[in-house]
Amino acid sequence: MATEAITSPLPIRQRRIKSALKHTGLLIFVAFMVYPLVWMVVSAFKPADQILTEPGIIPTDLTLDNFRDGWHALNRPFSVFFLNSLLVTVGSIVGNLFSCSLTAYALARLQFRMRRVYFAITLASVMLPFHVLVIPQYIFFSQFDLVNTYWPLLIPKFLATDAFFVFLMVQFIRTLPRELDRAAWIDGAGPFLTFWYVVLPLMRPALVTTTIFTFIWTWNDFFVPLIYLTRTQVFTVPVALNSMVDSESQSGVGMLFAMSLLSLVPILIFFAVAQKYLIRGIATTGLK
Amino acid sequence: MLTQEERPVLETPGEDPAPERKRPAFHLNRQGRAAHVFLIPWQLGFLLITAIPLFASLYLAFTDYDILNPPEWVGLENFQRMVQDEQFWAAVKVTLVYVLVSVPLQLGFALLLALILDRGLSGLAFYRSAFYLPSLLGTSVAIAILWREIFGDGGLINRGLALIGIDGESWLQNPSTALATLIVLNVWTFGSPMVIFLAGLRQIPDELYEAARVDGAGVIRQFTNVTVPLLTPIIFFNLILQTIGAFQTFTQAHIISGGTGGPANSTLFYTLYVYQQGFVAFDMGYASALAWVLMVAIAAITALHFLVSKYWVFYGDS
Repeated sequence: MATEAITSPLPIRQRRIKSALKHTGLLIFVAFMVYPLVWMVVSAFKPADQILTEPGIIPTDLTLDNFRDGWHALNRPFSVFFLNSLLVTVGSIVGNLFSCSLTAYALARLQFRMRRVYFAITLASVMLPFHVLVIPQYIFFSQFDLVNTYWPLLIPKFLATDAFFVFLMVQFIRTLPRELDRAAWIDGAGPFLTFWYVVLPLMRPALVTTTIFTFIWTWNDFFVPLIYLTRTQVFTVPVALNSMVDSESQSGVGMLFAMSLLSLVPILIFFAVAQKYLIRGIATTGLK
Repeated sequence: MLTQEERPVLETPGEDPAPERKRPAFHLNRQGRAAHVFLIPWQLGFLLITAIPLFASLYLAFTDYDILNPPEWVGLENFQRMVQDEQFWAAVKVTLVYVLVSVPLQLGFALLLALILDRGLSGLAFYRSAFYLPSLLGTSVAIAILWREIFGDGGLINRGLALIGIDGESWLQNPSTALATLIVLNVWTFGSPMVIFLAGLRQIPDELYEAARVDGAGVIRQFTNVTVPLLTPIIFFNLILQTIGAFQTFTQAHIISGGTGGPANSTLFYTLYVYQQGFVAFDMGYASALAWVLMVAIAAITALHFLVSKYWVFYGDS
């Protein structure tokens, strides 16, 4: 009670009023922040000619026309783009989990010359802007005739180039008790068995965080697919949306909204399911 | 069974081994051999995806190269061209304005909301999620498309203004407001630094606040003398992260301007200009030179941040 008295000099009733005011202010701000998203959702279901004439979010005529038309707006249906995006995203997740965990284990637990150097390189490459690498990479991949395939998007993921995740996993492995892998080691398990049976299962939270962020980043990624994917049949969803923008007309707004909304659905689902991990992930590593 | 030689007696994982005394310099011990197997993907990636391209683009920066014909050495020509290139300077200006305005605004909002949400407000999880959601979606093409429609000619903002009798014109067609719409978009994504601030605030021990109160410090003194100093490492971390990210903004600028950086170069972000030169004009030598300038600029600014941090970032033990 004594500390209570110090922390809150105001009487209880006044505190309640203060708290109610705070909540009201915050809720208004939340509504303001989320309004654009709600407007997008509602607009996707409005007849195209009403979207830009009514700013309100209470629709009068609901229709699925935008989805039907948008789905077939390009010369391939959106199911193709969604499957392409799914393929790239799943491939990237597998690649990152595989390559980053191997790298992180070696950097965190094994003794070898160059360990510090390798770790420093990994840290430094987090800050390296991608644009300084992309032109030679493009030349390299186009020489192997890999433009308009997914290899340029996937190969880097299998080679541990997402240094953020390596760093995240190294930090995580360092928090695991050393006695566990030391015990396995003394029992005769070599580094590979120790990694596979002892460290990897314990790394689950870090692997989950990596999965979530790889999913979101890859699903949203625009720059790399824009460069490598130029044929409609290999487009990922963001590139497909971009080419819808290019051919936009007034009647196309509804279709654009409908397809944009659909493109966000997987992320929203992931957000709903994995919120806890997401928040913990950014709080500990600063990932976006 | 392990042979005597293989038995790992001194080398348990994670311990610094006795310095390589008894071993010849090239001998790889068991852990070393294993490490090189574990690191095969990383080493390949470092060579093929990072190191070689990095130096290749440095070389290309001094050449004229259009991907069809072999690169032709032109010395400093690309850099001389840059100095006289109005679009280059436009891109530098747009990017700097964007970084200098949107990053402090975004972090300001993030800190403010984190402070409001901290310290036992009920419903924290709900608010945190609601504010975080935009930063999850903010870099997507879909949200950039939404922004086009919000700030467009007959968009949400102008419809709203019309209700109170103001006749707005397109915010995207006007060179003096187009960049502002992208700054608003970046500020809208304040949720991710906010979550980091919240985690930082939680690390500040309650005893410090209590001690300050006992010493007669009011709310404001507690904020300036306890919260701010202890939060400076987190502020610094967010500042570095968001600055580096803001320098590389691409998607939003590309979608909002239809890839042109218009109107009148007002949304010509630096990375968009690199893209235009490299992958639209296929002037890859010039684009490489541009990219290297960006990298050196980011490195210099990050180094500067670290230098200046000595004077304002407070690490408990010093």
